[in-house]
Amino acid sequence: MTDVLPPAAIFIIGGLLVPLIRGKWKSAYMLLIPVAGFINLINIPEGTHWVVGFMEYDLIFGKVDRLSLLFGYIFHLISFIAILYAIHVKDDVQNVAGLVYAGSALGVVFAGDLFSFFVFWEMLTVASIFLIWARRTKAAQGAGYRYLLVHAAGGLCLLAGIVLYVNQTGSIEFGYIGLNGLATLLIFLGFGVNCAWPFLHPWLTDAYPEATITGTIFLSAFTTKCAVYALARAFPGTEALIWIGAIMTAFPIFYAVIENNLRRVLSYSLINQVGFMVCGIGIGTQMALNGAVSHAVNDILFKALLFMSMGAVMYRTGGKINCTALGGLYRTMPLTCICCIIGAASISAVPLFSGFVSKSMVMDAAATGHMQIIWFILLFASVGVLEHAGIKIPFFAFFGHDSGLRPKEAPLHMLIAMGIAAFFCIFNGSFPSYLYSLLPYPVEYVPYTVPHVVGQTQLIFFAAFAFILLTLSGMSPSELRAVNLDADWFYRKGGGLFYRAMDISMNGLTRVADRVIVGELTGSICRISQRWPEVLCLGVMIPLWSVAGIKGKDLEGKVERTRAALQTHTSPIGISAATATIFLVLIYLLM
Amino acid sequence: MKTDNSEDKKYLFDKPASMKILAWSFFLSLVFLLALEFFIHKHTNFPQEEWPEFYCVFAFVGFVALVLSAKYILRPLVKRREDYYD
Repeated sequence: MTDVLPPAAIFIIGGLLVPLIRGKWKSAYMLLIPVAGFINLINIPEGTHWVVGFMEYDLIFGKVDRLSLLFGYIFHLISFIAILYAIHVKDDVQNVAGLVYAGSALGVVFAGDLFSFFVFWEMLTVASIFLIWARRTKAAQGAGYRYLLVHAAGGLCLLAGIVLYVNQTGSIEFGYIGLNGLATLLIFLGFGVNCAWPFLHPWLTDAYPEATITGTIFLSAFTTKCAVYALARAFPGTEALIWIGAIMTAFPIFYAVIENNLRRVLSYSLINQVGFMVCGIGIGTQMALNGAVSHAVNDILFKALLFMSMGAVMYRTGGKINCTALGGLYRTMPLTCICCIIGAASISAVPLFSGFVSKSMVMDAAATGHMQIIWFILLFASVGVLEHAGIKIPFFAFFGHDSGLRPKEAPLHMLIAMGIAAFFCIFNGSFPSYLYSLLPYPVEYVPYTVPHVVGQTQLIFFAAFAFILLTLSGMSPSELRAVNLDADWFYRKGGGLFYRAMDISMNGLTRVADRVIVGELTGSICRISQRWPEVLCLGVMIPLWSVAGIKGKDLEGKVERTRAALQTHTSPIGISAATATIFLVLIYLLM
Repeated sequence: MKTDNSEDKKYLFDKPASMKILAWSFFLSLVFLLALEFFIHKHTNFPQEEWPEFYCVFAFVGFVALVLSAKYILRPLVKRREDYYD
């Protein structure tokens, strides 16, 4: 094992060295990293590698099996595509962040223990945040901070779960965990945050559309798919996931219909597609898991392709991405338009395109398991995919009303990157046996049967027919410049409320403390500490002096001198010692 | 980037003829798909799938229900001004 390296190391170390390389070699160097990484990867045999002792535990940086390998392959491919697409970016913050982010994702996928898994999991958040902030707009900054806070909360939840789990089982091995008890529930929820489960999801639709044009391509590929991998590894067959996944497929499509920002439409679409994977993991049969994993592979490619085509539109139109601002761009961006349509066809599961061969596996697994309601939800969600990703994205950007914009075609490197993704979308759809041969379990599923092809084609054409009728009759919702409230309302508005509540309660407490402690109590303590030694001392001494026969002016003189001595803290040592002794005797008697 | 300054250049879908061909081929495909139903042997998992034209009707009704409920139910509930969070 001396001639191969942990896949994560190549990306992370390679990424950190990027700022040291100048000029045109930088592009070549960056493209070389995923290529070298891939050659390294295919030379790693299955098994457990790079075991490092840490305290009494073993850290494993290379748990290589069919599941982790498949994610490894696709992460390398999409890294190459995303780096090529971003080759014009001179900002080293983005270049380093993208590579470290990809490396962290590989670290997660090949981690064989919970400790290194957690470290890479957190690195995903830290690296990806720079892809959002690098846009350098106020909106990106805000969305980035919210993204960070949500992921920090999710990370802490995961950490708490891991600590409890390791404490209970005594092992840090990362494998099947299953849902039983608090520890596993916390781990489950920690994964759920990154997986964008319902109500935990708004970080995604908030932040991804605010990230840089090129950063979003990286973002769309790694965080959610690492969570899908983690669920497939640790919680396959967990029934709750079936419903969580089904809800994920269904609710974002309603939002996508009324959303104006096309990258936000794609973000909702991302949740919808991850829903199919989560549902498949929940069903947990070999076919369902194969479906979930193969759909993750295909989704990485077609979602990146769609984000790339929208990114190219933004790049060439000076940042325009709203439906209201775009339209008719097929005239001058035909190649980008074709790539977008290939992505749209793939996500819509058009026969011969990639979604057709993987999404149907999950649906078939639901049907085989007699999950009728789930199957109908997934079918409805498939119709929804057609609406927002299959039709809305290409239609509003490239067709629809003529915005009058005549931007140039996307730059060559972007076209090549989109072309590679488009190639794999068609290749995986038309020749699925290659993808199927890489799946974790043997595949018996046959996607191309006459009823399946006809049924799916009917679904697509009649959804498109409904779209045409709704548009021609003016019943489609008009595109509006507006914000649509989502679950992030609770912390975006709730955050302001929390701030005001803290302002009133904490600053109120400070004011009260100032008045009572600084204004009143300190003065009182000062007065008491001056007065009480005097009272105590004279209370003891005056009777003693009286007994000793000191009277009249002599007594007054003694009292005055004692008082002056105590006020100036110059009392004779004898008196101080006597007072202290009396005080101690009193305390002793009282105790 | 140029903005629209000419009506001289006609692109593919600016021509009524190509739109006509597209529309006709689409509608013929719909008819073909409706007819195809009666010539294939379905492998169904649920009884509803055996209903004639199940996928055509489901897609059409589902699509319309989705769009209209998003427009008339969801949007009035969640739509706010663009500067709502600012």
